[in-house]
Amino acid sequence: MGTEVKKMLFILSKATIENAYAAFVMANGARMEGIESEIFFTFFGLEAIQKKKLEHLHVATVGNPAMHIPTMLGGLPGMEAFATKMMKKEMEKLDMPPVGEFLEILSDSGCKLWACKLAIDMFHLKEEDLIDEIDGILTIGDFYSRADKPGTHLLFI
Amino acid sequence: MDLNLAGIRLDVTEDGYLSDLSQWNKEIAIELAKKEGIELTDKHWEVIDYIQEKYKNDEALSIRGIKKSGVINIKEFYDLFPGGPLKISTLIAGIPKPKSCI
Repeated sequence: MGTEVKKMLFILSKATIENAYAAFVMANGARMEGIESEIFFTFFGLEAIQKKKLEHLHVATVGNPAMHIPTMLGGLPGMEAFATKMMKKEMEKLDMPPVGEFLEILSDSGCKLWACKLAIDMFHLKEEDLIDEIDGILTIGDFYSRADKPGTHLLFI
Repeated sequence: MDLNLAGIRLDVTEDGYLSDLSQWNKEIAIELAKKEGIELTDKHWEVIDYIQEKYKNDEALSIRGIKKSGVINIKEFYDLFPGGPLKISTLIAGIPKPKSCI
């Protein structure tokens, strides 16, 4: 009985709000089921762990057919902010925490949070730009070594 | 399904959750906790009281709620009920398994 999944490793490479929340909800859901979880933030995913940027993630209104609005309208000034505001309102109704609080919850729950070394160097970021909950800066090789038991799964978002 | 615990025949779901909170008492909680490998301390009882209160008031349980509860913080919650704290604490408290994804 019980799941064969013992550890979930997530790579978050995007900074749209729906992708960040997908990673957070799955990582938290794993911990709540007694499964280990870790998130590796790389490329634009780093926006989600930068003190100054994390509360300003947006939903993509251009090139996102699920918005059901013409792409040209999605590109109008203010559309992205408007769609993001609407989405945040819906999330608040479901008691989904804002990004910063969600990261605190994940960290307190024992989910490890890692920043990608290559992307940190590429965007010229420093450790002090990142939230305090970050467990460290790793190379992708280091992150693979976190897959240290049978039943580990790795998911790219 | 039926479960015999503390000398009482209990009505439980497939996952082992009590179907009827009115059948719950402290001895049953102690037995349910034992099955999860947990020995209940004062802090455990405080949490059980809190989540039962929430359930009776028809308020949804979530990890965010635990953070704001003022009863316990998330780290302690994971330490007290290892291996899925909300799942295990609700089972011991005799209330249904929370359906929320967060």
